[in-house]
Amino acid sequence: MEFVNPEGLRLDGRRATEMRQFRAEIGVVSRADGSAVFEMGNTKVIAAVYGPREVQNKSQQINDKAVVRCEYSMANFSTGDRMRKPKGDRRSTEISLVIRQTMEACILTNLMPRSQIDIFVQVLQADGGTRSACINAATLALADAGIPMRDLVTSCSAGYLNSTALLDLNYVEDSAGGPDVTVGFLPKLDKVTLLQMDAKLPQDTFKNVMELAIEGCKAVANYIRDILMENTKRLECRRGV
Amino acid sequence: MLQSRSFVKKTKQGGVRKIVREHYLRDDIYCGAPFCKVCDVSGAKLSDAPSPLLVVDTNVVLNQIDLLENPAIDDVVVLSVVLQEVNNKNISIYNRLRSLCSNASRKFFVFSNEHHRDTYVKDMAGETPNDRNDRAIRVATRWYQDHLGGAVHVLLLTNDRENKRKAIEEGISAETVESYVKSLGQPELLDLIVQPPSEDVKMEDVEDLRPSKRKVIYTEHKPMSEITSGLLRGIFHQGKLRVNRYNPFEAYVGSESIGDEIIIYGRTNMNRAFDGDVVAVELLPQDQWQGETSIAITNEEDEEEDVHLPPSSADDAPRATNLVQGSTGAANSPPSRPSGRVVGIIKRNWHSYCGSVEPMPMPAGSGGVVHALFVSKDRRIPKIRIQTRQLDNLLDKRIVVAVDKWDVLSRYPSGHYVRTIGVIGDRDTETEVVLLENDVEFKPFSSQVLACLPPLPWSVSSEDLANPIRQDLRHLQVFSVDPPGCKDIDDALHCTALPSGNFEVGVHIADVTNFVHPGTPLDDEASKRGTSVYLVERRIDMLPKPLTEDICSLRADVERLAFSVIWEMTSEADIISTRFTKSVIKSSAALSYVEAQARMDDSRLVDPVTTDLRNMNALAKIMRQKRIDRGALTLASAEVKFQIDTETHDPLDIGMYQIREANQMVEEFMLAANISVAQKILDHFPQCALLRRHPTPTKEMLEPLIRTASAVGLQLDVSSSKALADSLDRAVGSDPYFNKLIRILATRCMSQAVYFCSGELSAPEYYHYGLAAPLYTHFTSPIRRYADVFVHRLLAASLGINRLPDVFQDKAQLTNISDNLNYRHRNAQMASRASVELHTLIYFRNRPTDTEARIVKIRSNGFIVFVPKYGIEGPVCLSKEGGWLVDEQQQRIKKSDNSIYYGVLQTVQIHMEVVEPQPNRPKLQLTLIEDTYMTKK
Ligand SMILES: [Zn+2]
Repeated sequence: MEFVNPEGLRLDGRRATEMRQFRAEIGVVSRADGSAVFEMGNTKVIAAVYGPREVQNKSQQINDKAVVRCEYSMANFSTGDRMRKPKGDRRSTEISLVIRQTMEACILTNLMPRSQIDIFVQVLQADGGTRSACINAATLALADAGIPMRDLVTSCSAGYLNSTALLDLNYVEDSAGGPDVTVGFLPKLDKVTLLQMDAKLPQDTFKNVMELAIEGCKAVANYIRDILMENTKRLECRRGV
Repeated sequence: MLQSRSFVKKTKQGGVRKIVREHYLRDDIYCGAPFCKVCDVSGAKLSDAPSPLLVVDTNVVLNQIDLLENPAIDDVVVLSVVLQEVNNKNISIYNRLRSLCSNASRKFFVFSNEHHRDTYVKDMAGETPNDRNDRAIRVATRWYQDHLGGAVHVLLLTNDRENKRKAIEEGISAETVESYVKSLGQPELLDLIVQPPSEDVKMEDVEDLRPSKRKVIYTEHKPMSEITSGLLRGIFHQGKLRVNRYNPFEAYVGSESIGDEIIIYGRTNMNRAFDGDVVAVELLPQDQWQGETSIAITNEEDEEEDVHLPPSSADDAPRATNLVQGSTGAANSPPSRPSGRVVGIIKRNWHSYCGSVEPMPMPAGSGGVVHALFVSKDRRIPKIRIQTRQLDNLLDKRIVVAVDKWDVLSRYPSGHYVRTIGVIGDRDTETEVVLLENDVEFKPFSSQVLACLPPLPWSVSSEDLANPIRQDLRHLQVFSVDPPGCKDIDDALHCTALPSGNFEVGVHIADVTNFVHPGTPLDDEASKRGTSVYLVERRIDMLPKPLTEDICSLRADVERLAFSVIWEMTSEADIISTRFTKSVIKSSAALSYVEAQARMDDSRLVDPVTTDLRNMNALAKIMRQKRIDRGALTLASAEVKFQIDTETHDPLDIGMYQIREANQMVEEFMLAANISVAQKILDHFPQCALLRRHPTPTKEMLEPLIRTASAVGLQLDVSSSKALADSLDRAVGSDPYFNKLIRILATRCMSQAVYFCSGELSAPEYYHYGLAAPLYTHFTSPIRRYADVFVHRLLAASLGINRLPDVFQDKAQLTNISDNLNYRHRNAQMASRASVELHTLIYFRNRPTDTEARIVKIRSNGFIVFVPKYGIEGPVCLSKEGGWLVDEQQQRIKKSDNSIYYGVLQTVQIHMEVVEPQPNRPKLQLTLIEDTYMTKK
């Protein structure tokens, strides 16, 4: 199938290195310590953060740093077939783990010993790139909760179809069966914290695809920073500063 | 800007699902006009002053693609909505349109109207998708007119009356294709236009087309829904229709559901299906399964068989269903195969065909539109009705015609003229026809392909020598032996006597994959071409000339890169060890077969090359004997050789190609190298090795051979290849040519060897019957065969030299590649044969000749003879008044008064002459010189 036509347009009208539109909103769950909605095109994810708080299960308590826990789920209405999805299936366990590890790597856990941080992410609408959207939403929610972090970790995926590296795959492109590289990136530190791919790619092509995904992460980071600045300004206004 | 498009889609399970897709609208899509003041003009493709600028709708593309391909039509805007619709409806037209758009010399510009901010149209309630797309086309046309202003006339071409009316109402200028083409003032372009169905009825000029007189000739095709359910219930059978090359009124449909071939007799049962169409077939009642053969042939026009080359395999030969027509053997004939009739066509395989207009007198008051019948060069294709305004111009031409439709009322399909190739009988014209008919790509290589070549002059670099994967073998005395004048030297050999008394023998093959890398335009092109094509007077290369004749060619006295297979062999030609390596060699001599043979035969010569040659020849003879002992067949083919005038390119002389010991010597080592490589790559890649197999012929296939042999009192044992080889050896007749003739007849009973991927079949099916080898592949000719390039990559990967390219992980793609290789290989052979036939005709044009011929088959009206001297075969008709009787059992034809009889394999004298039964239709005719035989007797 033709995923990029000779005019250089993808099925949805984007060019190869263009991302979908994103939109983010902070503070959508009032009861949570921090929360955010993050949208990449038709993919929509909500994240809520609780903590740092006392460790619920004392046996899990760590003396020199905080415990980070993450729960990922998909709303039944998030995909077209509206099927009831079992909780805790293999895929969501895996994604929960990926998100937890990525977030844990940028939270300054040693500043909050003997405490616990819970991250809940739920996919409201799925159209490819849910993993990346979850990480981006979680970053915003953590920032909203005021949890100290090394950097803003952002994520984006890139794939390789029709011999072209494509940024930010949507569902149709994702299900084409080509390689799909998801990168988690710390923009200030210029470090990759997450790299996932479940396909084979020649090394040189892989390098191009990964670099493209990193560019995507940087773009997300700029956007997230703007959103946070805006949010901070609004908070300042409210306080009358 | 973002638009959301939602639509409802049925899932595979039958549920309904709402799908929402994002649809981005952009402001960076440009109009493609180089004079535009607003847009970025870097990608502009249209001309500076288009007059007018054409916008075409979907149906114009689908129906008039031949017109669009004509250079007279240019400055065309192709809207993305049109591209999308064409893609959904007809993928081959889509590909043709795409190649027009990417062709730098044509001014076709793709405008992505669906993603342009100003030309995107939203679906309206109650609007059909067709109406919506028509509206999108009008909006885009309008946009172009407004965008480019009054300077340019933007014209919408549409044959849809409603669309045209709306366009004109909206202030867009619109015209039908026909009226636009008329305005161009080039009447011959009108021939290219496909007539819309509504106008079809008014073709009163041809008598039997008058509506009142038209009667239904064929049965209607069943609707698709009925076909699908019929297939499911097993009433219908689906398969690809293949028409018999030698009898166009007989076709076969290989059906998986029956596990056998269904035979379809006659055009009525074929029900408008073309060769290559995927059809649905219904079986006829069993009592109608036989006896129709002779009727089918006689009740429709009887086409006379032309003189041709003898078939080189069973795939070329006519089916053996009715060896002798009109015989009385129906009672005890073998159980017949199922016959059927076509009830529907699932996928058409229509393309364009080469041929000529059937000679006809110019109708009175000519100059206007004339209806003519087009006769394809490919006999499997029925005549095609066309309309033309230039009949007097076309009568002596080879033309290309495309099929448009075939309805139940007309005996012939209707089509339209596409272009003229040239004058009939002209060598260049006929050669082009040969290439087109066999789908051989003969356009020069594109600049992208040529850009992949290393800079010239090329020579082995110090990096090549320092590369650890490459062994320096320049010290070896390597030489090549090829046909005289060979420029694409794939292979070279060496043979060193070792102190132990053994020999080190090396086969060195041009290292083509060092220059042709996977995924490059060069590799794609080579993979598409599949093989070089050898015609009598020219060669169509698979790889560009610098690679073919210089960089890869293992010429004498230059250093070249090679891929080597090196064995240690005992003097009894037993292989002790085999190794493979990339290498650098320097050939010391490029010998021709004749030279090599002369050296070996000249006992005075004791130079090193000659000594090596003799050693190799001794080894080759032993290897050959071992192979024959294993049961390899020595089949014969009647290859002819032309001597061509260097200036006029006309054939000066023809004769049989002489095979010398030196040929056999080289062949033997190539076989051995191929077998060694096959073993190696299969061991390493059991799932994706590209191998070559030769299926064991069935008893049924060998039937004609057995029958012919028994007619001359010869019993053949065909139980195994070994048994057959032995009986062929024993088949020695009264004259020296007899054995060769039997072998030629045996060859045509075998099917062809084919490429396949090891993962597709199980090990016993890998067998190569002709060579009696359990494994075989092609490694030794990478310059002219893509299969060998592929095998080189496999071998290199198995040695850890490089990574296996990605295609090897994709089974479906591998199958596609091997299918394409088989298709190209076969077409290349057909093209070579056709080229030889063409040159034979040219040769005999001014040289009526008497010669000796052998009868190879008896027919009701005469017999087929083979002419050994010229390597051709053709029918000899006996005069009707003779009252000839056919004796099938004895394979004889005799006069009713028993005065004369002819039997199979008998020698006869014939006269060969080119005649023109119809103007501009020369053919080679064979006639019997009767009295010579009588006097002999
Ligand atoms: Zn413009």
